[in-house]
Amino acid sequence: MSIQRRDLLAAGAVTALGGLPRARAQGTQTIRIGVITDMSGPYRDTTGPGSVVLTQQAVQDFLGGGRGFQVEVLQADHQNKPDVGANIARQWFDQGVDAVVDLPTSSVALAVNQIAREKNKVHLNSGAATSDLTGAQCSPNTVHWTYDTYMLAKSTGAAIVKTGGDSWFFITADYAFGHALERDTGNFVRAQGGRVLGNARYPFPATTDFSAFLLQAQASRAKVLGLANASTDTVNCIKGAREFGLHRSMKLAALLMGVVDVKSLGLESGQGLLLTESFYWDLNDRTRALTQRVRPKNQDRPPAMVPAGCYGATLHYLKSVADMGVAAAKASGVEAVNRMKAMPCDDDAFGQGTIRADGRKIHPGYLFEVKTPGESRNPWDLYKVVATTPGEEAFRPLAEGGCPLVRS
Amino acid sequence: MAADTTSITASALPDPAQEAGGAWGFTRAQLGALGVLIVFLAVAPFMLYPVFLMKLLCFALFACAFNLLIGYVGLLSFGHAAYFGMGGYLAGHAAKVWGLTPELAIIVGAVTAGLLGTIAGWIAIRRQGIYFAMITLALAQMVYFFCVQAPFTGGEDGIQAIPRGSLFGVIPLDQDMTMYWLVAGIFLGAFLLIHRIIHSPYGQVLKSIRENEPRATSLGYRTDDYKLLAFILSATIAGTAGATKSIVFGIATLTDVHWSMSGEVVLMTLVGGLGTVFGPVIGAAVIVTMQNYLAEMGAWVTVIQGVIFVTCVLAFRRGLVGEIAAMLKVKL
Repeated sequence: MSIQRRDLLAAGAVTALGGLPRARAQGTQTIRIGVITDMSGPYRDTTGPGSVVLTQQAVQDFLGGGRGFQVEVLQADHQNKPDVGANIARQWFDQGVDAVVDLPTSSVALAVNQIAREKNKVHLNSGAATSDLTGAQCSPNTVHWTYDTYMLAKSTGAAIVKTGGDSWFFITADYAFGHALERDTGNFVRAQGGRVLGNARYPFPATTDFSAFLLQAQASRAKVLGLANASTDTVNCIKGAREFGLHRSMKLAALLMGVVDVKSLGLESGQGLLLTESFYWDLNDRTRALTQRVRPKNQDRPPAMVPAGCYGATLHYLKSVADMGVAAAKASGVEAVNRMKAMPCDDDAFGQGTIRADGRKIHPGYLFEVKTPGESRNPWDLYKVVATTPGEEAFRPLAEGGCPLVRS
Repeated sequence: MAADTTSITASALPDPAQEAGGAWGFTRAQLGALGVLIVFLAVAPFMLYPVFLMKLLCFALFACAFNLLIGYVGLLSFGHAAYFGMGGYLAGHAAKVWGLTPELAIIVGAVTAGLLGTIAGWIAIRRQGIYFAMITLALAQMVYFFCVQAPFTGGEDGIQAIPRGSLFGVIPLDQDMTMYWLVAGIFLGAFLLIHRIIHSPYGQVLKSIRENEPRATSLGYRTDDYKLLAFILSATIAGTAGATKSIVFGIATLTDVHWSMSGEVVLMTLVGGLGTVFGPVIGAAVIVTMQNYLAEMGAWVTVIQGVIFVTCVLAFRRGLVGEIAAMLKVKL
């Protein structure tokens, strides 16, 4: 189930003329899945092409035995713009796409969330961080698979305090996302008996020199430095912290960071860093088996967390479709998602799990420590597990999210 | 009216014989092009995806508003995203939180953009050239950071789930086709308004300022007043475009106030042709179509966009429409 660029261009040309794909889809019982992801922006490496490869892998693993229906995978770049993402989703849904997958960047995810609900299709989210997707803005058409801000904050905040890091200082990107991460993590730190000694908020975007904030952190004499930011800002903070020798007196905790960021940062700068993910390729035999299957197609890299989430979500969706029948699944996104919630999940990336009424997929969160160069045995051997938060505790309790679906 | 149409612009030398056949300030060629445009607007939704067409029309209107400033007054504003985006935010807020009907929400958005344009224009028109561009950019960046922080804009997430509502409270706009006719109406109305502005005596003064500002001053025109009014009109129309867009898509986001949007509108206008009536429409069509239908190619979209921009600047200095007009020796 691979798609050539030529096919995509042809599909584009056909789309321009309108209507045709819909007729084709109805004729031959095809489930069409669209991967909407970041192919050109800051999250390309952690989502992007990897998400497409893993979605295709899920289709391949599912169709292995022959299923009596076809699955087609499309892809598009949302450029991290909510309006672009919403536009692609709207157009795809109007032209016969049944489910969209991935949707990194919270703003894009929330926008597409509305469209999927309006058109009664399926939204399988892997890449977005916002816990609003299963909270105030939850939708009967959405499954939020991989992680969210609550889980990151809980796993990193609470687990670090348990291991002795009981005084914190935050360096925070001064906008809604940074504030939310800092607030949530701080709450878990306090709930576990830890203290927050202070914070430094820097203008976002437009800050490249973090030395003033790092010196403030150093002067606070906190045991843990929490980085409530993402991507290049986080990497710059970690590099700066290393240069100032902060790692000798403090533990660094990145509140949103992935295996690809660590790889690009390098073990020399990154060693000792604490971070949370829900998937790591070297966790167990099943994740290693999946990695072996995928690696040749994925530029010889093991899958990252968000693409792994695309794999799990797509596989479970296809199982539900097979269970309820293609026609019924195509007719109603709500019914398809309800079937997904009713069936227990089991896949190589995340093992066994369930999907809650609010659309939240439940699986454990892992707190990792980045290995030292001496401990690492191969180029992608980057993490060791420090703590595991079981699925029931890792995510926000059902009643606290304020999801209207739960009340009814 | 005949006197209005004999002005000579840098982009195209009009043929007096052809202009004689025009009407309502249009040359004969422009009337033909307008006819094609109207036919296209009427037929297109039955052949192409209406939501895509609505997006195209919103950007076309935005580019026309921008062209009013750069093409006819010679002012390069590098902060037009601020008016486009704020129009969108206020319209979205009005429709979602205040519960206004879509036409009122769009008016709220347009008026807000106009007020913002009044302030920005009042400051910026005191300087010329690169300084003017930098001041408009600086003010637009202030608006951007306001939008990042202000509670009502929703920061990164933007204003989402803006209802389309019912036109005048009676005609529901949920159907894409109904919405399309409204957008097409707004576009055509604003397009004709811009044309009227350009070909009014006021527009003639604007063109004289573009050609030689000191001479216009020496003839007794208060050029600052003329420029300020043009700035406000342009901002208001840009706000209308942004407001319409947010009602169509149900979303208003930081993308629309970001400086790259200001850059995109410059690109659209350049590709289509500066100082031509139809250029910005064609330019917007080219860019939006590319972004839409090449989305599957990921990172290549921006590369292709860059190549087209460079090609345009090197080979088609006058833009697509400008070149065609020069080739046919007509004014478009």
